[in-house]
Amino acid sequence: MAQMNMIQALNSAMDIMLGRDHSVVVLGEDVGFFGGVFRVTDGLQRKYGEHRVLDTPIAEGGIVAAAIGMGVNGLRPVAEIQFADYIYPAYDQIVSELARLRYRSAGEFFAPVTIRTPCGGGIRGGQTHSQSPEGVFAHVSGLKVVMPSNPYDAKGLLISAIEDDDPVIFFEPKRIYNGPFDGDPNKPAVPWSTHPKGDVPEGHYTVPIGKCEVVRAGADVTVVTYGTMVHVCEAAARAAGIDAEIVDVRTMVPLDVETLVTSVRKTGRCVIVHEATRFGGYGGELSATIQEECFWHLQAPILRVCGWDTPYPHAFEWEYFPGQARVATALRAVMEAA
Amino acid sequence: MRPSRLHIPKHHSRPGEKPDFSYLELSPAGTVARPDINTRVRDMNGLAFELVRVIDEQHRAVGPWNPHLDPSDLQVALRHMVLTRAFDERMQRMQRAGKISFYMRSLGEEAVAVAQGMALRPTDMLFPSYRQQGLYVVRGRPVLDLMCQLLSNTRDMCKGRQLPVMYHWRDGNIFSISGNLTTQFPQAVGWAMAAAIKGTDDIAASWIGEGSSAEADFHHAMLFASVYRAPAILNIVNNQWAISTFQGFAGGEHRTFAARGPGFGMAGLRVDGNDFLAVYAVTQWAAERARQGFGPTLIEHVTYRGAAHSTSDDPARYRPKDDYENWPLGDPIERLKGHLIGLGEWSEERHAELAREMDQRVQASWKEATTYGTLTEPPRLDPRLMFEDVFKEMPEHLKKQAAELRAELAGK
Repeated sequence: MAQMNMIQALNSAMDIMLGRDHSVVVLGEDVGFFGGVFRVTDGLQRKYGEHRVLDTPIAEGGIVAAAIGMGVNGLRPVAEIQFADYIYPAYDQIVSELARLRYRSAGEFFAPVTIRTPCGGGIRGGQTHSQSPEGVFAHVSGLKVVMPSNPYDAKGLLISAIEDDDPVIFFEPKRIYNGPFDGDPNKPAVPWSTHPKGDVPEGHYTVPIGKCEVVRAGADVTVVTYGTMVHVCEAAARAAGIDAEIVDVRTMVPLDVETLVTSVRKTGRCVIVHEATRFGGYGGELSATIQEECFWHLQAPILRVCGWDTPYPHAFEWEYFPGQARVATALRAVMEAA
Repeated sequence: MRPSRLHIPKHHSRPGEKPDFSYLELSPAGTVARPDINTRVRDMNGLAFELVRVIDEQHRAVGPWNPHLDPSDLQVALRHMVLTRAFDERMQRMQRAGKISFYMRSLGEEAVAVAQGMALRPTDMLFPSYRQQGLYVVRGRPVLDLMCQLLSNTRDMCKGRQLPVMYHWRDGNIFSISGNLTTQFPQAVGWAMAAAIKGTDDIAASWIGEGSSAEADFHHAMLFASVYRAPAILNIVNNQWAISTFQGFAGGEHRTFAARGPGFGMAGLRVDGNDFLAVYAVTQWAAERARQGFGPTLIEHVTYRGAAHSTSDDPARYRPKDDYENWPLGDPIERLKGHLIGLGEWSEERHAELAREMDQRVQASWKEATTYGTLTEPPRLDPRLMFEDVFKEMPEHLKKQAAELRAELAGK
């Protein structure tokens, strides 16, 4: 085991896969010589060469389209989109092509592409460096969608994604690259070495795609969340003195309904928390699914805590971000109901 | 038979290596012909491969592209460039001091925005990217206003919603900067098409970096501009670097960026971006062509990004430390200064005085700007502003969320 932050864990996943499987290639803007603007691909080009770790033109549509073509020709591309906010020029290639290639060719063609992209706010990035667009990908049939909340899961899930023959959109919450973040920007930063999930095996292992994890067992209420918000929710429940069972979704698609349902049937209450905007967001899917499966066990309406339905505003970052106060208000509300 | 082999563009030099600009194809000043504005594109393809330069090694203005500007105009240009640089330098320091969250300098590229801003009419619509702050200086927006945007304070034109440097100015005819790359390029063409539909003689100009020319929106802009002969000037500022990635990765290794103009049946020109007179002259030429219905022009400005991409990257990781000092086209301010001194219309003393004056103006403006608040110090904008302008009229769900936020903040 080694101490790793999320950047190192993700780097280790790619390093291992580049080493084990000669069909793996990494491509993206600034990922090669420079090692990525967040250093996630640092050293990989030096180690594996310019033909396997490729710097690309600034053309997200081109990056994904080329990755599809490479995938069809037997490679296993790991494409980086520098910020999730910049993924939309590639949206057509992802939605109309990558997601449907296997389906439309009746399984004769497929492209095992992993698209890594940093998401989420809390870094003073304004509307073009803060978005959480997992919902608009989860809505598309044929894409697996993943968002880890810690270094251990990040590495294990990324290896799973690369080994997966289906396309995976892999969101990396950049606010927690260097340490878990409980939602309070005024507290000193905490490194991953203080967190048990900062212990990461140096070798190959996988965390399965399609499995939630109960990160804290509790009796009062189930909090369904993922990414940065896992840590915010843990802190909020602790501060509010509520015995919350916190479930880290980890994989938006395919969704591990069983773990969610088991938890909510036990607690009878549910709060869903994500940083993305609320309206038409992924939380709505979670809420509907849980309601369908757990209606007769619910003692209160399911509540959602999300980012507001506005673009991510630079100056009001912390008023926008669904911090501990907003989460705690919802927790208290479901506890007081009925 | 040799199997195919992936070609990787070669970087001219990396950290620790000697700067090498031998890949650049330069024309001596004054040697490129200046066609009439009604020349057919097919008869001037060569412009895309040469380099229009006016100021020669002895600081003289030579050749057919000399715009013959009055020395008083050149002194104004120098003021704009010196102010732009003083502003950039102070804002960089303020970012380092934690007063603003992010900044992007235009060091070494000041002549592009300043010369083009001066060569266009105030009614022409500008669609800049994030390194043309000189346009704001030329059009007379006080640096105070730009600083308030950088600070996201109570006088921020963006009401706290945008990352620093993403300015806009409707009354000055400068479009809102998105932050996403190249998106404004085809929009500028649409604006120009509307000008043609409406029958005005206004034109649109837009700017992207050479790296951004890789985006599909570049193709959209070129195609629509060419098909409809839109009155637009499309500028590629080839400053050699896209964050860490050299211009070869944007397709500049085998052919100039200007050559994409003729590829679309559009005039394409390559100009020394550090030569104020040359940039002014080609812009004037392209503007006149556009205004008189002869169509759009693609201009490649050959220049160098003297600073980091932004305050978030360290160029020492990807290029030689002394790369900029060895850039063969020099410094745009020094070159115009040398030209004016050669004309007997300027001196080192006057220049030093100008630099002092501009620095003082920037300092005084900064002092005033911070009285309207900073990102971390009051006064602050009302967070409710976050919910406005999502739509023209605020829908019910946003009113509800605004009320929830008010309760959340009251509970703190």
